[in-house]
Amino acid sequence: MTFSPDEMMTIAAARMLRSEDVCFVGIGAPSAACNLARLTHAPDITLIYESGTIGTAPDVLPLSIGDGELCDTALTTVSVPEMFRYWLQGGRVTIGFLGAAQLDPFGNINTTVVGDYAAPKVRLPGGGGAPEIASHSGEVYITMKQSKRGFVPKIDFFTSFGHGTGGDHRARLGMTTKGPTKLITDLALWEPDPETKRFTVTALHPGVTREQMADSVAWDVTYAADVAETPAPTPDELEVLRALKARTAAAHGAAA
Amino acid sequence: MAEFIDLRDAIARHVRPGMAVALEGFTHLIPHAAGHEIIRQGIGELTLIRMTPDVIYDQMIGMGLARKLVFSYAGNPGVGLLRRLRDAVEHNWPVAVEIEEHSHAAMANAYEAGAAGLPCAVFRGYLGAELAEVTPTIKSVTCPFTGEDLAAVPALRPDATVIHAQRADRAGNVLIEGIVGVQKEAALAARAVLVTVEEVVDDLEAPANACILPHWVIDAISVVPGGAHPSYAHGYYDRDNPAYTAWDGIAADRDAFRAWMEAHVLNATPADFAARVAPLRTRP
Repeated sequence: MTFSPDEMMTIAAARMLRSEDVCFVGIGAPSAACNLARLTHAPDITLIYESGTIGTAPDVLPLSIGDGELCDTALTTVSVPEMFRYWLQGGRVTIGFLGAAQLDPFGNINTTVVGDYAAPKVRLPGGGGAPEIASHSGEVYITMKQSKRGFVPKIDFFTSFGHGTGGDHRARLGMTTKGPTKLITDLALWEPDPETKRFTVTALHPGVTREQMADSVAWDVTYAADVAETPAPTPDELEVLRALKARTAAAHGAAA
Repeated sequence: MAEFIDLRDAIARHVRPGMAVALEGFTHLIPHAAGHEIIRQGIGELTLIRMTPDVIYDQMIGMGLARKLVFSYAGNPGVGLLRRLRDAVEHNWPVAVEIEEHSHAAMANAYEAGAAGLPCAVFRGYLGAELAEVTPTIKSVTCPFTGEDLAAVPALRPDATVIHAQRADRAGNVLIEGIVGVQKEAALAARAVLVTVEEVVDDLEAPANACILPHWVIDAISVVPGGAHPSYAHGYYDRDNPAYTAWDGIAADRDAFRAWMEAHVLNATPADFAARVAPLRTRP
């Protein structure tokens, strides 16, 4: 079966999750990946959205983090203060799954402003739950499409801390969690180098060239000693993902 | 004591120019009808507080009613950016808006501190986050027991909190169900509490641990069926996702925005909300 880079990204991201995970889900690309995992190989995964829904199992992808579908299908729905205090700060979340507007090679995320904070060129929505998801989740997965605008050597604003300037920067700030451990894009899988913590390509998706990689990232791409090829999506993965997207489009009408 | 009054009178009595006002709702139960009433009455110079300012705050800001916004995520969820807010922040149109920006964890803790009568909230947050450098109200305290540095933000104490809820009983006790967000904390933190409800019933039929605001913490209740639209009221009607998507186009242009506000807000009434949710109702 043929597949799009977008589908490859969602499927590759879904494969990172396990049934045992308690995953704090960001809206957009992470939400699609987390629900695909739940509908394929990780049926018992606990998905948490910041609106307070714990153990949610939506039949369609929510447009917002607080669609009624999330509450209807959740094990329980708690208040937002409880969500952030007991469940996130309390250390119950194993994976925080985030997207980004700008990302640097150390997994630091900007979703706040393009340009200067006081006089921004573009005012983005801001951090929401992300600053604390990034510091309190056991580890952080990031998923976003590669582009020179998004993958920048230096982000304009540190909304959510990844590995800072690398090395043991997180530990020096008192963080005991792992921070970003996986970056899943439409072209490749990346992992931080064990020492420098700079993202390194560990696998290329089928057919992707190193030239394409260099053309879609505004930092110098480094590769692991052994670069694997991501297994192509299986027919089952593609069917489940496409059915999920079709149900979502039907449910949201003009919105999808 | 909760007084059942018409929305126009409730807003006129409890929301005044220059106040700090929170219209809370986390995607669910957003008090749009009350926001529109504030716009119709032209109550300005407001400090608007909300974790997730979305379309209703975009409208209030676009109409020039806010001088300050305290928030943690300003977007149209699943759709994109808030274009009226952007115009205000990037171009001072129609007026400049000062911003005080936090994370969700900080805002949630700050409302809780307000409800608890504390001067500030203490939590583990903003580690490595640059907001701590640009928002002067983000500070730190040292735990007297462990020596750990913790984040501190001032308690939120709105002059008025406005929320929408499913129903009230005849005494004015209010039930909130579904995604309850931060409304209970925002209400208990406020000096005045205004609630719009879908309906008034004889018996709330609430389970033992339901989220209830007793009548004696509420100042005014107005019955406005559909009053959350295009947000939703769990058990009554669904979120109008196409309306949220359409807002992106309307808000993209100053003239289109003004024309839309004229037609759907300035020349409308709270009673118009019932018809807007009629096709979205999940129960009659």
